[in-house]
Amino acid sequence: MEILYLLIPLSVVLVLLILGVFGWALHAGQFDEIAREGERILQVDSTLLDVDQAPGRPAPEQSQPTQAGPS
Amino acid sequence: MPSSSMNATSAAVMPGATPVTSASTATEYSDTVVRLFALASVLWGIVGMLVGVLIAAELAWPDISLGIPWLSYGRLRPLHTNAVIFAFGGCALFATSYHVVQRTGQTRLFMPKLAMFTFIGWQLVIVAAAISLPLGFTQGKEYAELEWPIDLLIAVVWVSYAIVFFGTVGTRKIRHIYVANWFFGSFIIAVALLHIVNGAAIPVSLTKSYSAYAGVQDAMVQWWYGHNAVGFFLTAGFLGMMYYYIPKQAGRPVYSYRLSIVHFWALIFTYMWAGPHHLHYTALPDWVQSVGMVFSLILLAPSWGGMINGIMTLSGAWHKLRDDPILKFLIVSLSFYGMSTFEGPMMSIKTVNALSHYTDWTVGHVHSGALGWVGMITIGSLYHLIPRMFGKQQMHSMRAVELHFWIATIGIVLYIAAMWIAGVMQGLMWRAVNPDGTLVYSFVESVKATYPFYVIRLGGGLLYLGGMLIMAWNVVMTVRGVRPVVVRIPAPLAMAHA
Repeated sequence: MEILYLLIPLSVVLVLLILGVFGWALHAGQFDEIAREGERILQVDSTLLDVDQAPGRPAPEQSQPTQAGPS
Repeated sequence: MPSSSMNATSAAVMPGATPVTSASTATEYSDTVVRLFALASVLWGIVGMLVGVLIAAELAWPDISLGIPWLSYGRLRPLHTNAVIFAFGGCALFATSYHVVQRTGQTRLFMPKLAMFTFIGWQLVIVAAAISLPLGFTQGKEYAELEWPIDLLIAVVWVSYAIVFFGTVGTRKIRHIYVANWFFGSFIIAVALLHIVNGAAIPVSLTKSYSAYAGVQDAMVQWWYGHNAVGFFLTAGFLGMMYYYIPKQAGRPVYSYRLSIVHFWALIFTYMWAGPHHLHYTALPDWVQSVGMVFSLILLAPSWGGMINGIMTLSGAWHKLRDDPILKFLIVSLSFYGMSTFEGPMMSIKTVNALSHYTDWTVGHVHSGALGWVGMITIGSLYHLIPRMFGKQQMHSMRAVELHFWIATIGIVLYIAAMWIAGVMQGLMWRAVNPDGTLVYSFVESVKATYPFYVIRLGGGLLYLGGMLIMAWNVVMTVRGVRPVVVRIPAPLAMAHA
């Protein structure tokens, strides 16, 4: 089972990598105040443009939550 | 709450400063590639399931291939699995990951032209598979049959996919990386690693190669790949879909965002060593088999945590499940996820595996995951995504979506119930021994006894395919004559005060 000499180190390296990324996420504040993060995807709805419509200005702010709109 | 550091990077890519594209497109999402992948997914779903129905009929009536070699079961079966997993599921994963990573990061795709290359490249891979597999070119490794030139193309497309996806994450305007992106990201990295290690082969001609590993070593690599393909391609990727489209469709945040984070890290920490359960009672060392079994049992915990988290998103709003056929697809897919992630660990227990392995129970288990979990979460997500990508509020006919849901559900139940019964029956017949030590049944007797279940399974498959045809009609009616819409990226600061 020499293949385990490849697969086990590979998995160990992977676990260390995952740990590293987890550590980064933790220290970068990814998990601070996560209770609110689940709601963000519902609050942000963007504006539809017709293909011909010239964009330029930033979108008007839309902060009404949860209503299903194209996004 | 965009951080100041992210604002600093985002300032560099704000309109006006981008030389590659016009200033105007930098404020719009790059959705063309999302639309293309979404429509391709529906098309390949029908092709892949049609091939599945054909080979299901061949199992019941072997003569219907008329002796034509490229219609034979052995050549079409890998075409079926490749088409439904990598063409149907793959295109849906590309479409949804490109959609979700833009919307949750409020930024456009990094290198949209490279994203378009991933579309063209992936379709080339699919066409090459559809030609080479019926012609009999294969590496003979399950779910990794494609010969080395196609494997190389897959690697190039996949690396491009990673560049686009992680580039988009890197240029996001929202500091927090939404949990769905973690699932998509781990799926992209893991599949790259699995594909490269398992695909290592020595070519002897353009159409033939030999694996770099031999014997049981090869089997171990193959099922390390095979099981992680299930774990990362068919689970993590689709969980990314689940964590975005269920909250969006339900109009409610996921039940526990904290649990979704735990779900992610627990799942990816434990998945990598479950593969040996595919090789119970083989030449693989006993202890490796046991390690595989233990890790498989541990996996039940994060899987069920995630399932409960997804379903409980509807907590307090269960009536939506009654009225909304898209939510029915999404939530029932999670029920099948829960079922197959319970069944899987159970089947990985060696004593259970002694009965189930090599029987149609395995086929039933796979299809409860594939038709129930992967298929339904994909269909539900596409029903949410496609109208919005074409400027519509919803699909052309919601009654057709409802009909699709019931047809598909009945099809799955027929399919997996038939395979459960057939599988347990086969296992019991094969192990039945007379007092004098001889076998009670010959193998062909078990084949004969399975015949009615093969016919029922074909019926289930036909129903599921019929549902996909309804979907195709509905999609055509939804997007027909509609010009694709461009969606402007909202100003991220709008959320800072929310």
